[in-house]
Amino acid sequence: MEVKEKDSKIDKLGVLKRISGPVVTAVNFDAHMYDVVKVGNEALMGEVIKIQGEETIIQVYEDTSGIRPGEPVVNTGLSLAVELGPGLLTNIYDGIQRPLSVLVDKMGNFIERGVSAPGLPHDKKWEFKPLVKEGDKVIGGSIIGEVQETNIVHKVMVPPNQKGGTVKSIKSGSFTVDDVVCVLEDGTSLTMMQRWPVRVPRPVKEKLNPEIPLITGQRILDGLFPIAKGGTAAIPGPFGSGKTVTQQQLAKWSDAEIVVYIGCGERGNEMTEVLTEFPALVDPKTGKPLMERTVLIANTSNMPVAAREASVYTGITIAEYYRDMGYDVSLMADSTSRWAEAMREISSRLEEMPGEEGYPAYLAARLSEFYERAGLVITLAGGNGSVSVIGAVSPPGGDFSEPVTQNTLRIVKVFWALDAKLSQRRHFPAINWLNSDSLYLDTLHDWYDREVSPEWNTLRSWAMEVLQKEAELQEIVQLVGSDALPETEQITIEVARMIREIFLQQNAYDEVDTFCDMKKQYDIMKSIKLFADLSATAQAAGVTPSQIIGSKAKNELPQIKFIKDYKPELEKIAKEMDEEFNALRAAA
Amino acid sequence: MKEYRTISKIAGPLVFVEKTEPIGYGELVNIVTFDGTIKRGQVLDTSDNLVVVQVFETTAGIGRDSGVRFTGETIKMPVGKEMLGRILSGGGKPIDGGPEIVPEKRLDITGAAINPYARASPNEFIQTGISTIDGTNTLVRGQKLPIFSAAGLPHNNIALQIARQSKVIGSTEPFAVVFAAMGITKEEANHFMKDFERTGALERAVVFLNLADDPAVERIITPRLALTTAEYLAFELGMHVLVILTDMTNYCEALRQIGAAREEVPGRRGYPGYMYTDLASIYERAGIIKGLKGSVTQIPILTMPGDDITHPIPDLTGYITEGQIVVSRELHRKGIYPPINVLPSLSRLMNLGIGKGHTREDHKKVSDQMYAGYAEGNDLRGLVAIVGKDALSERDRMLLEFADLFEQRFVKQGYDEDRTIVDTLDLGWDLLSTLPVEQLTRIDRDLISKYHPKFKAGATKE
Repeated sequence: MEVKEKDSKIDKLGVLKRISGPVVTAVNFDAHMYDVVKVGNEALMGEVIKIQGEETIIQVYEDTSGIRPGEPVVNTGLSLAVELGPGLLTNIYDGIQRPLSVLVDKMGNFIERGVSAPGLPHDKKWEFKPLVKEGDKVIGGSIIGEVQETNIVHKVMVPPNQKGGTVKSIKSGSFTVDDVVCVLEDGTSLTMMQRWPVRVPRPVKEKLNPEIPLITGQRILDGLFPIAKGGTAAIPGPFGSGKTVTQQQLAKWSDAEIVVYIGCGERGNEMTEVLTEFPALVDPKTGKPLMERTVLIANTSNMPVAAREASVYTGITIAEYYRDMGYDVSLMADSTSRWAEAMREISSRLEEMPGEEGYPAYLAARLSEFYERAGLVITLAGGNGSVSVIGAVSPPGGDFSEPVTQNTLRIVKVFWALDAKLSQRRHFPAINWLNSDSLYLDTLHDWYDREVSPEWNTLRSWAMEVLQKEAELQEIVQLVGSDALPETEQITIEVARMIREIFLQQNAYDEVDTFCDMKKQYDIMKSIKLFADLSATAQAAGVTPSQIIGSKAKNELPQIKFIKDYKPELEKIAKEMDEEFNALRAAA
Repeated sequence: MKEYRTISKIAGPLVFVEKTEPIGYGELVNIVTFDGTIKRGQVLDTSDNLVVVQVFETTAGIGRDSGVRFTGETIKMPVGKEMLGRILSGGGKPIDGGPEIVPEKRLDITGAAINPYARASPNEFIQTGISTIDGTNTLVRGQKLPIFSAAGLPHNNIALQIARQSKVIGSTEPFAVVFAAMGITKEEANHFMKDFERTGALERAVVFLNLADDPAVERIITPRLALTTAEYLAFELGMHVLVILTDMTNYCEALRQIGAAREEVPGRRGYPGYMYTDLASIYERAGIIKGLKGSVTQIPILTMPGDDITHPIPDLTGYITEGQIVVSRELHRKGIYPPINVLPSLSRLMNLGIGKGHTREDHKKVSDQMYAGYAEGNDLRGLVAIVGKDALSERDRMLLEFADLFEQRFVKQGYDEDRTIVDTLDLGWDLLSTLPVEQLTRIDRDLISKYHPKFKAGATKE
C-alpha cells in the first residue's frame, strides 16, 4: 500500500461559511477526505470529514469560540499523521500527538489553542548504530539500524510504503531525527523518523494465530480467562466497578515489551495518577522504571471532542510501529465508549441519519476496524511482533445490551465482565467469573501444559466447575439456608469461598499481591485443591462438615498472597492441614 | 456597536438572526427589548446568513422589533477578592443589596481544560468528620465527589456538614466555599444561607443563586460562573476552594430543554448526545496544579429521578467524577443520619489520600473488611426474611449482627458531630472485633496485633 502525495494543483485556500461547535463548513475549497486543514486566523487544526456539493465539512481539534464566517481555511494536503521515531517512549501526548509537556511550556497550565508542537523532539541527538552496510538490499520495513531509546532498543526501519533498494551509503554516529542516516542507490534518503497516516493500518507480511498468553500477573486473568499476545479483550463495566484500576494493572504488569495507554475522554486526575505512578514503578523483568517502555495518550473528557476521536488511531499507530520492530506491544484504551460518543457527537453535528441510540450507522465498522489492527504478525522485516488490544467499555447504567458493548463483544475474543455488585463488597478485581469468557483457552492449552504444569489445565477446569456449582447452590441457599444443604455440598460451598477469597481476590495496592506469577497461581490453586481432597476423604471417613469447615490450618492460606517468599509458609500450611485432617479422621 | 433588527424566528430560548456581519462562534449577545430591558445570550451556530443565539433569560418581550448587539467577545466573568461574602444571582449580578463587584480580572467562563501534565496528583486527606466519608469513601483535595441523592432526602444537610467541618489536619492555608444553586427552591436556599450565617461561613463564601422561578436557561451558565470564580480564588489567590453545585439535575433539564429547542437528535431519555462532554466541561474543573498553591474540590449534588442510579444524569456523572456518595432512602426511613449507603458509594482517589503519612496505616484494610462484612450481612437480611434467623449458621448470625451495628454506630452520627479520623478507625476496629478474628481475611496479622482491641498492647488476653 502506498500513501500518495496529494495533488499540488488543488485550491489550498478556502473561506469559512458556518461554525457550529467543533464542526465547521468551508466553501471555495478543494480537499480530499481526511486532509488536515488549518482553520481560521488562528490556524486551528482540523480534518476534512465530509464533502458535499460546494461545501467541505471539517472537524476541528481545538475550541472554536470566536471564529467567524469569512475567516480563511488552508489545506495542508496531508492526512492526519503521526511522527514515528526515537523519542516516543516516556512521552505523554494529547489525541493528535502534541506532547503535553511541550504544551505546558508553550501555553501554561491550561490547554489554549492554535499551538502546534511536533510529536518527536527534533533537536535531540540520538546515537545511531547501522545494522546494514553499503551494497545490502533493503525493502520497505527493513531494519537499517538501531538507537538506544530508553532501556528499549529502537529499531530504525525503512518506511513500509517505500520499495527500498540497494544501500548506497549509511552513517554511524549522533544524529537528530531529521538528519539523513542512509541513502539508497535510487537517491532515496532515509532519516530515523517516518510519518504515517493514523487511519491507515501499517502493513505486515502475515498475520498469525496467537499461541502465547500475555501474562498479566492478575490471577483471574492469567489463570481463568487469559488473553493471548496479539489478542483482543474488552472490559465492560458500570462506573465504579474498577475498569480503570484493571486497565492500569494491565499496563503496569503485563509482560509486553511496550505499553501504549490511551486515556480517551477520561478523568484528568486519573491521567495524573498514571503520570506520577509509572515513573516510580519498576518493571519486574528489567528493573527499570515502567515509564521507559510506555507511551501515554491523554485526551481527557473536557479536551476537544474531535481530538478524542483521533486519539485511538494515534495510539494504535504508535503501537503498530513498535510491533514492526519486532516487539510485543499491549495497548489499553480507556474508554472506547468515550471514543464512540465522540463519533456520535460529530455525527450528530453533521446531521447524519443516526443508527441505534443516536450512534452513527458506521459504529460497528469503526470498532471492528480498530480491533482488527491487533494481532500477532510476521513483520515486513521478517521478525515476529504483536499488538494486543484491551479496550474498556463504559456501558450507560451498566447495561450490556447497549450498542457499543454489543458491537465490541462481537469482535473481541476475551471478555472480562466487571460487576458492580462485586466491587461493592470489595471483591477486587471485580471481574465476574461466571459471565467472563476467553476464546483463547484452546490455543493456549499447550503453553500452560509446557510452561506451568501438566496439571494446570485440569486444575483450572476443576476450579471453574466448583464456582459454577456454587452459583447453583447459592440459589438454593437463598431459599432454605446453608444448613439445609447435603453435607458434600456444604463443603463445595466452603471450597468455592476459598477459591473466591484466596485465588480470585487480589489486592492491587499490596506490594506483593499486586503481581502474582503463574507458578504462584498454580501453587495457590493446588493448596485449595489439597483442602478439597482432604475434605472429601475426611468426609468419607465420617468427619462432619462443620468440623471440616471449622478446621484451623486452612485459615492461614489467605496470608500466602502477601508473602513474597511464600514457599516455606505454604509447605508448612499444607503439612498442618494434613495433620489436622489426620487427627479429625482418627477421632471420627 | 451595530444593532441588528433582523430576528427571523424565536423558538423557546433560541433567537435566529439574519443578515449579519460575520459573527464569532460563542460570542456574548445582548438583546434589547422594546422597553429597554437587556437580555443576554450566546451564539450557538453562526454562518454567513444566519446566527442562532441562545438566550439565558426568558424570551418574553423579545420580538421582531428587538435589537440584537453582538459584543465581539465570549462571556466573561468579572472576578475579584471582594467577591468573598457576596451573594450573586445565577447570572452573576449582586443580589445582596451591596455594590457592584469591582473586577480585578475578567475571565472567560468556559474555562480551558487543565493540561493533564500540569496537574498535581491529589493526595491531601480532607477530614469531613463524617465516618462514612472519612473512613470508607475518603475525600481528598482536588477531587470531585458528587452526592447522589433523591427527592426528600437530607443531601443538603450532608453538604452543609461537609462544608462546615471539612479541614486538612495541620493546615492553616486560606480556604473558601463557592456555592452555586441551580433551580432550588427559595426555602432550600434559605436553609443554606441560614446555616452559612450561623456558622460564619458566609464571610469566606461566594454564593450564586438561581432559584426555581429564575429562568431555566440561566442555569447553563451558573455553574460556569461559579467555577470561574473558584479557579480564580484557587489558582490566582492560592486558596483551597470547596465548590458545592446543587442541583445538577436541574442543570441537565435545562440542557435538555435547549437541545429540544434546537431540534437536535436526542440521546438517551431525550437528553442531548453531548451531555457527557458538557458535564465533563463542568466536573473536570477541579484539581490541583503543579507549582500553584490552591486547589478546587467539587461536591456536586444531584437528585436521581425515581431513585434510579442508572438514569442518564447520575450515570454520566458517575463516569466523570471520582466516585460518588449515595444517599439511601432505606436508611433515611430507619432514622439514620447521614443516610449514606456505603455499598454503592465510592471514592476513587481514596487510596491516594489514606494510609501511612496521610491517615493511618490500617485505614485501607479496615475499610475493605468493613465493606465486605456489611455487604455480606446486608445480603443475609433478605435470607432472614424467608427462612428466619434460626436457620442461619453461627457465622451468618454474626455478620447479620455486624450489619446492624455498622448502621447504628458507624453510619449514624449527629448533624454537628465531628469525628476525627482516629475516632472513625477505632470505631471500625470496635465493630470488627465482634467478628471472629479468623474471618478478618483482608487484614494482615501485623495490623491485627497492633490495632485489634482484643490483641493490641494492653488488651487482656482471653
